[in-house]
Amino acid sequence: MKVIARHDPRRRELLKAAAVVTLCAGTGLTLGVSIPEAAAQAPAASPNPDPKAFVRIGGDNTVTVIAKHVEMGQGAYTGLATLVAEELDAAWTQVRVEGAPVDVTLYNNLFWGKAQGTGGSSAIANSWTQLRTAGAAARAMLVAAAAKRWNVSPSAITVRNGVVSSGGKSATFGELADSAAREAVPTAVSLKDPAAYVLIGKAAPRKDARAKSNGTAQFTLDVQFPDMLTALVAHPPKFGARVKRFDADAVSAMPGVRYVVEIPSGVAVLATGFWAAKKARDALKIEWDESTAFNASSADILAEYKSLAAKPGKVVRNDGDAAKALSASAKTLEAAYEFPFLAHAAMEPLDCVIKLSRDRCEVWNGEQFQTPDQAAIARVLELPPEQVKINMLFAGGSFGRRANPASDYLIEAAAIAKAIARSGERYDVPIKLVWTREDDMKGGYYRPAYYHRLRAGLDGAGTLAALEHRIVGQSILTETPFAMMVKDDIDPTSTEGASLLPYAIPNLYIDLHTPKVGVPVQWWRSVGSTHNAYSTETFIDEIAVAVGKDPFEYRRALLAKHPRSLAVLELAAKEAGWGKPLAPGKAGEKRGRGIAVHESFKTKVAQVVEVTVKGKEFTVDRVVCAVDCGVAVNPDNVRAQMEGGIGYGLSAALYGRITIKDGAVEQSNFHDYPVLRINQMPKIDVHIVPSREAPTGVGEPATPVIAPALANALAAATGQRLRVLPLQLA
Amino acid sequence: MPILFVNAQRVDIPASFPGDTPLLWILRDQLQLTGTKYGCGMALCGACTVHLEGRPIRSCQTPLSTLKQGATITTIEGLTSKEARAVQAAWEKLDVPQCGYCQSGQIMSATALLATKKRPTDADIDDAMQGNICRCATYVRIRAAIKEAARSLG
Repeated sequence: MKVIARHDPRRRELLKAAAVVTLCAGTGLTLGVSIPEAAAQAPAASPNPDPKAFVRIGGDNTVTVIAKHVEMGQGAYTGLATLVAEELDAAWTQVRVEGAPVDVTLYNNLFWGKAQGTGGSSAIANSWTQLRTAGAAARAMLVAAAAKRWNVSPSAITVRNGVVSSGGKSATFGELADSAAREAVPTAVSLKDPAAYVLIGKAAPRKDARAKSNGTAQFTLDVQFPDMLTALVAHPPKFGARVKRFDADAVSAMPGVRYVVEIPSGVAVLATGFWAAKKARDALKIEWDESTAFNASSADILAEYKSLAAKPGKVVRNDGDAAKALSASAKTLEAAYEFPFLAHAAMEPLDCVIKLSRDRCEVWNGEQFQTPDQAAIARVLELPPEQVKINMLFAGGSFGRRANPASDYLIEAAAIAKAIARSGERYDVPIKLVWTREDDMKGGYYRPAYYHRLRAGLDGAGTLAALEHRIVGQSILTETPFAMMVKDDIDPTSTEGASLLPYAIPNLYIDLHTPKVGVPVQWWRSVGSTHNAYSTETFIDEIAVAVGKDPFEYRRALLAKHPRSLAVLELAAKEAGWGKPLAPGKAGEKRGRGIAVHESFKTKVAQVVEVTVKGKEFTVDRVVCAVDCGVAVNPDNVRAQMEGGIGYGLSAALYGRITIKDGAVEQSNFHDYPVLRINQMPKIDVHIVPSREAPTGVGEPATPVIAPALANALAAATGQRLRVLPLQLA
Repeated sequence: MPILFVNAQRVDIPASFPGDTPLLWILRDQLQLTGTKYGCGMALCGACTVHLEGRPIRSCQTPLSTLKQGATITTIEGLTSKEARAVQAAWEKLDVPQCGYCQSGQIMSATALLATKKRPTDADIDDAMQGNICRCATYVRIRAAIKEAARSLG
């Protein structure tokens, strides 16, 4: 074992203690893991998407779609392949998908400018025209090749279900692949009339369902190389603390341990496998320098936010004169809301594999943020960014966490690889960095805590004349590579969902406080809408009830200028039987129904929730969800994302809470950070609004709607307005 | 020398191998059977579920030293029963997986359920499956797929 410390002059080589399981001959149990080859070298960028960047047709008649967005559960691989296959007229069964390499000139997110990555429910939305065009161009090249081969006009050729034909002649894509590749890329193609779609809006089963049902799907944790080492890192117990000194004596004799390495984020132990690394990591004795650490508690943070909320903040929106209208109102209502930090807690804890060579580096990762990650790794390793190759694997969930603005776990792996290379010129060691569940939960980058204060002014008829909304919480974007999105000290991720409130309110004032707190924060599925939808949608419900109006009808009247939001609201209400009495509960039970509507990432979602309350306990019985996401490219996946987004939001509504005590995170695993289980999952009915509008995202927009709809149902059942998350009845 | 039978293959383990090693890490790091996943390390999430003598266990909390000599273990890679085939077919038919990371564990639990209950009720499904967390919340489809698999088995 070798100890590598910045301050510790001791450097010791210890004998290697082998820990090996022998398999008897012929067991056949050593399963090699093959890492998919990166997509074929693609040509330089052109104004029109080069089909070769996105689709490869093999002589074996396979159609390989190169996906520029990570598959983390949201169905991106299937949806992106659908767009190509539709215009290509491929048979769905011949289509395969592989992840794109890092190449911002070909694979940038068209909504993000010069950055490649996945987020903001944008995978299908930004690819909608690009990938259909690529499919149509590839189809035209197949047609041109067939026309030459058969000496007929291209217009005499049809393509259907993976077969090119003309008169009595026909050929598979595979038979035409070589000659089609030599055809010029067409400068213009026409796209199908929606009436001709055979895949878009129809059934296209998930491309990853089989591999994810038989254990063969490759996640980062599954990457295996000969001589690979597993790295676990001891992180400081408080954010901002550093290593003062450490003693590796206790671990030096442990079997399998190869290196103990000090890095900027803590002390890493590298061993022949996870268990050896974990035992050694846990046995390390480390003294931390906490002089620069964050030492406050959640209660201190909340107290500071409450005092800020008493003062005006940066003005986000100012329609009419809310202060004047409020003072002239016949009735005013006021409410304040508290939102805790939330961990993402994806099933696959953070991990990545890195192999550093002398002049280049290769990474395997459930890669969500290619361009910033490549740059950050390159900075640590002092390499040109193009010398950092990143292989995008399936991510075992992310919910935003793997798009880390600081590339935290990736630069940690880079620092480990660099330290080992520098210490003994040991290059080309494959290193798998694994965070335990506890590391993942305590590692920061949470949905920020927020405090909201709202005031409403109503006229004598109960009309909403004025609304004042004050938001207090940390900025996600400040001091990240995305700081340029913060304009006039207003981080749009703090205010989204509030700043474009669709309700017709003549006097609307929104302001924002952005305190600095030493807890790392990050986007979390649906980002600002997680708190803005809750505060606005429970408050509007409370206002409606206070003036004796039906909460659904009250919203309807305020949505006249937002017909698509109105339509989802009406569809959810109709399908839920809004207005009809709920079946009564058993003796001692109360039942209630609540509604909420919200737009995020341009997708409109409304939900009606039915609950049963007994004492302080309640069950969520049923959710009726209506969604308008433009063209539903894959309706079954839209349903799946509504179901999953509701389940994810429900976990947070019922349990989600990361608390900090004297600088240390109090939660560690699923016993003290509970999440939704199958017995708590409601019945869910999803209704999709038919649309010919361009598609908008579905990964996030269901999530922010469930908590307010549930809170409104609880209020209907009990009269209690819950203003502190997670929800707890008195 | 401990001997295990993993997916009907004999595995001999040197006596010197640390007995506190959880079965999960023997499967993953020594046998390269990576279909079984690490999720929590505390038997809280079910991602590591395998069958020991046909019954579902959490391999992350099953140290080698607690396994009987000749213990029979089945992982997702070794599923061959008719219940398993029905469950996997239903998972595919209903497009259950999203991120997929928990699904090996879900399928191991569902397969064990159907081996003992031919027609599981919702309460049976809740009992058998509530130890398996899915953060994508594919629970609606897991429930439907178990019922679909039961139907297909007749």
